[in-house]
Amino acid sequence: MEEQILLAHGSGGVLTHELIRDVFVRHFSNPWLDDLGDAAVLAALPPGRLALTTDSYVVQPLFFPGGDIGKLAVCGTVNDLAVAGARPLYLTAGFILEEGLPLETLTRVVVSMAETARAAGVAIVTGDTKVVEHGAADGLFINTAGVGIVPPGVALGPARLQPGDALLINGPVGDHGLAVMLQREGLRFQSTLQSDVAPLHGLIAALLDAVPGQVRCLRDATRGGLASVLNEWVSQIGIEIEEAAIPVREEVRAACEFLGLDPLYVANEGKVVVAVAAEAVDAALSVLRAHPLGRDAARIGRVTSEHAGRVVLRTPYGARRIIPMLTGAPLPRIC
Amino acid sequence: MKYIDEFRDPALARNVIAQIQHDAAARGGARPIRLMEFCGGHTHAISRFGLRELLAPAIELRSGPGCPVCVTASADLDRAIALADAPGVILATFGDMVRVPGSAGTLYDARGRGADVRIVYSPLDALEIARRNPQRPVVFLGVGFETTAPGIAAALLQAEAEALPNFSVLSLHKLTPPAMRAILDAGEVALDGIIGPGHVSAVSGSAAWDFLPREYAIPCAVAGFEPLDILSAIGALVQAVVEGKPAVINTYARGVRPEGNRVAQQLLAQVFAVGPADWRGFGAIPASGLALCETFAHRNAALRFPVAVTPAREPPGCRCGDVLRGVIAPPECALFRRVCSPRNPTGPCMVSAEGACAAYFQFERLDVETFERSNVSTGA
Repeated sequence: MEEQILLAHGSGGVLTHELIRDVFVRHFSNPWLDDLGDAAVLAALPPGRLALTTDSYVVQPLFFPGGDIGKLAVCGTVNDLAVAGARPLYLTAGFILEEGLPLETLTRVVVSMAETARAAGVAIVTGDTKVVEHGAADGLFINTAGVGIVPPGVALGPARLQPGDALLINGPVGDHGLAVMLQREGLRFQSTLQSDVAPLHGLIAALLDAVPGQVRCLRDATRGGLASVLNEWVSQIGIEIEEAAIPVREEVRAACEFLGLDPLYVANEGKVVVAVAAEAVDAALSVLRAHPLGRDAARIGRVTSEHAGRVVLRTPYGARRIIPMLTGAPLPRIC
Repeated sequence: MKYIDEFRDPALARNVIAQIQHDAAARGGARPIRLMEFCGGHTHAISRFGLRELLAPAIELRSGPGCPVCVTASADLDRAIALADAPGVILATFGDMVRVPGSAGTLYDARGRGADVRIVYSPLDALEIARRNPQRPVVFLGVGFETTAPGIAAALLQAEAEALPNFSVLSLHKLTPPAMRAILDAGEVALDGIIGPGHVSAVSGSAAWDFLPREYAIPCAVAGFEPLDILSAIGALVQAVVEGKPAVINTYARGVRPEGNRVAQQLLAQVFAVGPADWRGFGAIPASGLALCETFAHRNAALRFPVAVTPAREPPGCRCGDVLRGVIAPPECALFRRVCSPRNPTGPCMVSAEGACAAYFQFERLDVETFERSNVSTGA
């Protein structure tokens, strides 16, 4: 096999077939993909409502502490399904490869995707590959779409938020964005910081089981960070959060100070914001903390009928400030 | 975070605030004690930590001209943009600079039409660009006060040492004390004390502000950038005001010495010559600019690449000049938040991370709303 991606790998000819067989099918192997049909024909789905999502991944660098673009592409889509209350079942994977990409790089990414999908219990059932001229893409872009089932009885969304609801998060914010940013050239930082990229559906399923009917809304705090998620929720209600209660790692705080960033706006790939009825807070927190991905879960604020449409942060000094939507920050590609 | 959390202790901060309010109440007076924080870094910290809300109504904090990007005159910016548009030129500068509107567009717009504008974190990065592109002229657009100028001087000396012929500097550097004088001489705003810039003073020394108590009978407290730094400076100023004993008080002793940083001062003296400079909102201020001295004329981009610029136009309705002179607070500008926002900035104070309008917009919208409501109710 060639050692790097050539335009011919996308031509549909011999090289395309070799690539599909020796890289994609070999690592993603499952009954639907191994068929090599034009579409994966799935068995009847379990009862519930169908959830469908898609996302594209263009992170640079492709490999970063704690993960890589492949792991990100699986976790991101699994998490988008999970926060809708769905059990993720199947994924698709589309690759846009830049001519000259080392085959070894692609293989590492595919192996990582396969391992992540296997661990998450989802199958990558169909896919696509295109190759573009050198310079027309940045190494490798991935699109994944996902299908899941929202079990009967589960209904989540910002419209269900009520004054008095508690807001929780499953751990410290800002790890992913900073871990990726610190890898980029020009910022010569040394750090042991790791991306938090992880599939959250197990944690979320445990939460939904533990406090049935009490979880109002879930959102993974990816691009734009915690601040953006909360701003997406406040059309009808207001939100108040406590700065001192929001978990942020020491390294993240320090790097943010240095770079002039606010950790509330930095991306995460393994953090879910949970709105839960006030009476279910303790049960929800203990089930989150019992899960490996929620050990540092914390209660960070509440939904209020005051200042509808605004997210307000209370500082440790007792002052309040509005946390607005992010307005075009010059951040590098992080997801 | 070590060396930071100690200066953010909420309990201690509450004590200092209570003391400040107690002292200010003892003074009485018809209006609040009005202090100017010269430095945009202080404005940002005051907004971010909500100190303005906690100190009101006894203390009023007014932002000053200490944002280098904001005080860059439109004509200077126009010249930089024309230079970036010149064929072959690579123009390197700090990130905030590229989004500041000149008479017709920004450096960012110039990049959109093909100019090679690069954002760097340090002048040494610009030097590296010059090394890698020996065939092309690399111009570093230098903006900043006493704080950033020594780094640029060092980069320039490094270019000399390496005999890099393609590296030059368009120096728009400015000195802070003359602007402070200009504000006090103009008498447009009554000030009771000055929160002195911490990092500027680390270079120039706290003694650079001795003229404030001596000539203007006004106290100055040089401050660091953490909440307790700023609060203790405010506490010291309030005490000086109450006792009627103006002085320069250095509350940032861990970073600032009376004589400043001699090495940095020598670098400045070696590379720059003090001359007049144009400040947005002020016009020309004598002896307030750092131009490259004669010895480095061959690295002076203004001389090497003379470009024609038409007279500058200020954006209509923009009151950045009044904000920079401390005459108004950002919400008093009619464009603030209605037309002008970080997404669509009309003037530079809404662009720069250190700009007063951006700080108010980003962090103080609750206060702003209160302000607007009170304005409506009094018909002001």
